Amino acid sequence: MSGCPFGGDQQPPATPQPNGSEASPSETSHGENRRMSRRGLLGLAGVGGAGAVAGIAAGLLGHDTLAAVAAPPAANDSVVPFFGDRQAGITTAAQDRLHMAAFDVTTDDRAALVELLKDWTAAADAMASGQTTGATGAVDGPYDAPPEDTGEALDLDAGRLTLTFGFGPSLFEKDGKARFGLDGKRPDALIDLPHFPGDALEPGRTGGDIVVQACADDPQVAVHAIRNLARIGFGKVRVRWSQLGFGRTSSTSRAQQTPRNLFGFKDGTNNLKAEDTALLDEHVWAGAGSRTGEAWMEGGSYLVARRIRMHIEIWDRTSLREQEGLIGRTKGEGAPLSGGKEFTAPDFAIKGNDGEPLIGMESHVRLAHADQNDGVRMLRRGYNYTDGSDGLGHLDGGLFFIAFVKDPRTHYVPMQMTMAKEDVLALEYLKHTGSGLFAVPPGVKQGGFIGEGLFT
Amino acid sequence: MPGFSSPQTRRTVGARLAVVAATAILPLALSSCTDNAGANASGTTDGPIQVTSTDAECKVSAAEAPSGNLTFAVKNDGAEVTEFYVLAEDGLRIVAEVENIGPGITRNLVLTAPAGKYITACKPGMKGDGIRADFTVKDSGKQATVDADLQKLVDTGVSQYAAYVKDQTEQLVAGTKEFATAYAAGDAAKAKSLYAATRMHWERIEPVAESFGDLDPKLDAREADLEPGQKWTGWHRAEKDLFPPAGYKALTAAERGALAKQLVADTAELSTRTRTVELSADKLGNGAKELLDEVARGKVTGEEEIWSHTDLWDFQANVDGARIAFENLKPVLQQKDAALAKDLDAKFSALQAELKKHAKGDGFAYYNELGKDEVQKLSSLVDALGEPLSKLTAAVVL
Repeated sequence: MSGCPFGGDQQPPATPQPNGSEASPSETSHGENRRMSRRGLLGLAGVGGAGAVAGIAAGLLGHDTLAAVAAPPAANDSVVPFFGDRQAGITTAAQDRLHMAAFDVTTDDRAALVELLKDWTAAADAMASGQTTGATGAVDGPYDAPPEDTGEALDLDAGRLTLTFGFGPSLFEKDGKARFGLDGKRPDALIDLPHFPGDALEPGRTGGDIVVQACADDPQVAVHAIRNLARIGFGKVRVRWSQLGFGRTSSTSRAQQTPRNLFGFKDGTNNLKAEDTALLDEHVWAGAGSRTGEAWMEGGSYLVARRIRMHIEIWDRTSLREQEGLIGRTKGEGAPLSGGKEFTAPDFAIKGNDGEPLIGMESHVRLAHADQNDGVRMLRRGYNYTDGSDGLGHLDGGLFFIAFVKDPRTHYVPMQMTMAKEDVLALEYLKHTGSGLFAVPPGVKQGGFIGEGLFT
Repeated sequence: MPGFSSPQTRRTVGARLAVVAATAILPLALSSCTDNAGANASGTTDGPIQVTSTDAECKVSAAEAPSGNLTFAVKNDGAEVTEFYVLAEDGLRIVAEVENIGPGITRNLVLTAPAGKYITACKPGMKGDGIRADFTVKDSGKQATVDADLQKLVDTGVSQYAAYVKDQTEQLVAGTKEFATAYAAGDAAKAKSLYAATRMHWERIEPVAESFGDLDPKLDAREADLEPGQKWTGWHRAEKDLFPPAGYKALTAAERGALAKQLVADTAELSTRTRTVELSADKLGNGAKELLDEVARGKVTGEEEIWSHTDLWDFQANVDGARIAFENLKPVLQQKDAALAKDLDAKFSALQAELKKHAKGDGFAYYNELGKDEVQKLSSLVDALGEPLSKLTAAVVL
């Protein structure tokens, strides 16, 4: 929140409002009284209006106060309820930041695993509501004990945090043996992904028993969420890999502008949107399957995660002609090369004077388009990432691809196989270094817990 | 002006021009946030000359411009695909063109124009003579000297490169036969000694060889790039067999024989096909750049020769190929952008000097013998060369 826009408008310091007060009912996601609100101040701001905001000491609570000034009645806007029929973080308007972590379950005890999922449910609900985890939070516990909540998200609002949980194939079976009494429960659609040409998967960035996708508007909120879940899970789970993402690379709502990936192109123009409910039913939400053992997935989805390293330095040396040709869209407007504006449908038939289609046969847009893929579509939710340098002076950065699909066998594998084989962009400028496929169960109802259907 | 009103669009146009401007002989007056629509009929062009092509009209915002670098921003406001040409006074010779502009799309045409009379033409539907108008370039006093023999230099460079490709493929065919014979006969020691040296002929002309989409995977596919069910043939299949990893099951004599035979046959086919490849200056320029990209992506990382670790042979060969393409274009480049030519000379030399440090006998050190510092040094020299090399094509073709 640094920067000029607020510089001239800051209010003189005043007495800080007491923290830790009861949150107002309007602040919580479902009307319960909360013991401890991480965002007590903002709650007051929401209730009291501009006057309350003006009374907050900008100097003492700079970041937070400025956020409050920027969006005064934001208390509820910043909360995406955790409980619901579907998990949040799928069709939720894509937040700007990601922290995703995959865990390996280290215990063999089914009851311990269920207990953990219950603990995670409570913590996830609290954090999504903008509150601290645990009974005593970050600062209200015994003086001689470490605080239950790690505290780095104190003073921040909920940041539209969503936590989305999924189960990997290895949760169900390992070395051919069923785990946790889950015989027959592994959905048929939860396949082991095949090797795609060009895959350079690193074991330490691939797979995992349980995945948690934390998305928020503030990176600190997303990092806090995974950190606290990992902490709760010590002894039962171990983080296998995690990934930070910045800059969403797709829109999941028509209210959002199409963002750009690290190649500088708009990404996700034709993505499925939250508003496309019929298409979501057709392409994103899983059905009950054909066996009773997989019925627990009805209303869930499948999460595909791919860490796609971009050879950015090489791309930057590529002519604009080639860049646009490879993508099949203009870099500025994002219009298909066949003409029009960004949202004009690509015309794959229209040809140039050399008799070749304006949108090349090997262009990304053509190969990825539903028309070329039996009409199947996916809901993409990827993020740009950079993990510093690769030791050769090149940016270790790219796209952390995330997609939600009804069935990866029909909605992901065929398309990815085509792209890996024919997409010049993929062949020359991309390298897949991490991978994961997870079954994302339906949403958690009040009083329930994550993946309850799988364990009952 | 539609397309130039928002800051977003202006920045994009500025970025496009910046790429070209860096290669330009004369600095183009670019003020990134000024009004690009300032071009007017009086001939003072601060920004791109606006061209609006509709199905019936070809509006050019200026009828004249000072000599030097000119930018036409061609907007297709028609319903059909269009093209825009700058023709010489005779109306026949094409000075510059931008093709395949889809409806609604704007594309820039950047050219270096000496003083003289020209004709502009939009060609909606890409048919006929187009909608033409006269265009005058006045002497600005700082115009580029364009050698009348420039095209001749380009032609010479391209034909020299064609001869190079021919020579390399002939050596590749001969070397492959020798390698295949030794390999099929089970003479692993001889096959190993020929492996890296023979592949160098392939790596030197890789952009040409790779242009055959069916042959490239047959000859040069790495195991990681295979798709399920794809038959693995070519050099890297033999590599794994000759430099086996732990637990590897060797090919049988019959399998080796079949692989060797296939390798020879595919190489012969490649050689035949390269004879009819049409080369041009931009292909040379882009090819040189692609070779450096290959180095940056696969060789400097040790991914290409994952079992034999002979990546430095490939590295050297890629650099050779890029340097030859550059040398063939150099006479042209020296006239159009002497500074870039000089820069490229220096960067090629620096990279070559570093590479030479790792020479051993007729070949090189194995990749896994290099220290991290050494790899980093090579990598940064590749980047240092790759960046200016990416400007070669536009500098020569513009």
